[in-house]
Amino acid sequence: MTRFVQSCVAGLGQGCIYALLALGFAIVLKATGVLSLAQPGLMALGAWFVVYFATIVDLPFLLAVTLAVVLTAVAGLVIERVAIRPLVGEPVFAVAILTIGVDLVLRIIVNDLIGSDVRPVGDPWGLKTVRLAGVVVQQRYLAMLATTAVVVVLLAAFFRRTRLGLAMRATARDQEVAMAQGVPVGRIFACAWALAGALAALAGLFIGAGSGIDQQSALVALKAIPALVLGGFDSVLGAVVGGLAVGLVEGWSSTYQAQYAAFLGHNFSQVVPWLVMFVVLLVRPAGLFGTAEVKRV
Amino acid sequence: MRAAPTTRGRPRLYRSYEQELALLDTPAKRRWTAALLVAAVLAAGVLPDDLAFLLATACVAAIGAIGLNLVTGYAGQVSLGHAFFLGLGAYTAAVLGGPPGGRVAGLGLPMLVWLPAAGAVAGLAGLAVSPIAFRLRGLYLAAVTLGLVFIGEHVFGEAHRLTGGAGVGRAAPAPELFGVRFDRPVRLLGVTLGRPQALYLLGLGLLVPMAVAARNLARSQVGRAFAAVRDRDLAAAATGISLRRYKALAFTISSAYAGVAGALLASMVGFIEPGSFDLSLSVQYIAMILIGGVATISGSLLGAAFVVLLPRLVQELPRFLPFVTGAQTGGFLTTAQLEQIIYGSLIVVFLVFEPRGLYGIWTRARNYFTEWPFSY
Repeated sequence: MTRFVQSCVAGLGQGCIYALLALGFAIVLKATGVLSLAQPGLMALGAWFVVYFATIVDLPFLLAVTLAVVLTAVAGLVIERVAIRPLVGEPVFAVAILTIGVDLVLRIIVNDLIGSDVRPVGDPWGLKTVRLAGVVVQQRYLAMLATTAVVVVLLAAFFRRTRLGLAMRATARDQEVAMAQGVPVGRIFACAWALAGALAALAGLFIGAGSGIDQQSALVALKAIPALVLGGFDSVLGAVVGGLAVGLVEGWSSTYQAQYAAFLGHNFSQVVPWLVMFVVLLVRPAGLFGTAEVKRV
Repeated sequence: MRAAPTTRGRPRLYRSYEQELALLDTPAKRRWTAALLVAAVLAAGVLPDDLAFLLATACVAAIGAIGLNLVTGYAGQVSLGHAFFLGLGAYTAAVLGGPPGGRVAGLGLPMLVWLPAAGAVAGLAGLAVSPIAFRLRGLYLAAVTLGLVFIGEHVFGEAHRLTGGAGVGRAAPAPELFGVRFDRPVRLLGVTLGRPQALYLLGLGLLVPMAVAARNLARSQVGRAFAAVRDRDLAAAATGISLRRYKALAFTISSAYAGVAGALLASMVGFIEPGSFDLSLSVQYIAMILIGGVATISGSLLGAAFVVLLPRLVQELPRFLPFVTGAQTGGFLTTAQLEQIIYGSLIVVFLVFEPRGLYGIWTRARNYFTEWPFSY
């Protein structure tokens, strides 16, 4: 039982990382209609900023994280302005491929900065544990859960209560109509990318929490894609639920698969998110919370 | 292929439907294609070793790129899973053609069996995936095919008996056709060719029929159905094109091409490691068709040649750019990193400035000269 609860907490913690990344994917997708595959690169960049400010410049951890979030958001803005904006109106596939190009460039720069070592992010949690209702759980997972909860509440408030949030929702509904109502659609695109950058930086921080980051860390971000598909691509709520669900399944499989299904091989938990995605897509092509496409022939 | 009679001096006056659809529709195209083919074959005698080997790889990569172009360029179904099908082909070939009784499984069959089988197995896998493609489109499909790559990487890495396992790998079968070993010096029509040149001839010999077959498919009813599905799937379905059937067909053919290319690549290099069939390989093939030209066969060839030869060009750069180092570490950028950056930026540059790729540049240059002195 203890083991089960521990695997749940670890899975949910990991799921929070996916949820944060999937939120970034979903916000950009919803506002601009583009699947941004630059998210791994942005995440790696964010993680590097945390490493830089927290361990190399030696600022207080919270200040370092704030700086990293802001700077990665700025990076998102710059990418949008330089690479994405000129392609408005081009086929979405072209833009999606372009984001792969952006991702390549970002990751090479960051990998060069990281070097060949594992870099600790200077987080206060490390691998420390805490006893909760008789179960020993790692502090970092609790930090992830708490932060993600706060972020989701803030985002929801932002979308519901602020003018900018309203403008973003309007743009997501219909760009041209939003434009006709005086919404600066270009600025909304920039905003979406900035938000995605900020969320990616947080995810990068948590990827590094406890274990540090290396050149391979960025690949984890791609597992937010099954989370996104699972939740239904264009749904913000779906991104969170999908992220947590994928994390949970991954947590369970990494705890139990070696024992009960060893024939599936080492690190099977790494591909479980993708398998879950395949199964869900065969049953519900629109994902759990996505808008089903109306199609009649 | 039939050379329809053309009116003297008016090569582009078409007088029949067949003429309009001909593979080589102008006399100039016929002459130049023949000349290029002859030059490509004769080049085997004069190419230096390293260049010949690179071109051999380019020929095989072009087969894979044609496959991706059929599904992504012609039929409009974005696939990021090409690496998976390449891997599937490579391992089918390795298992069927490998020596029996070793550390890894092998059946010791000849190339005449393993090469078609590699295409067939990969094609069947493509067919198996296509129901998902039928239900999804656009970015969803891209996301799902991305999943194929990761699952493939895991399976290849864990199936030790078949693939040797991650980080270990296994030997690939030797390319031997009709009693001729192409991975050794070959004596052909009184000329002795080295190993790279022989491989180049083998690659060219397989590429040409496969490229012609793909070009032929693209101009046929099937090709037009693909284009209809790509341009507007609902409209295509409304005019009686079965989406299920043509999407399945596109995926099957494309994967079969990938399977053959994977098998040949493995056989030429002589060794396969599971880790090489990763997302960056898929992106490389996407780069090939985007740089070469979407929905063109000649563009696939150009793109493949460009992407395969690029590393070689980049290796020359450290001499001219002081901040690039040829060594593995140190300096601001290594050549491997520069290469990746160049891929990334080239994809971006072509998408923004020339979406029709190298082929588009070529058509513009050609039109400029055929229309000269008029600019339209």
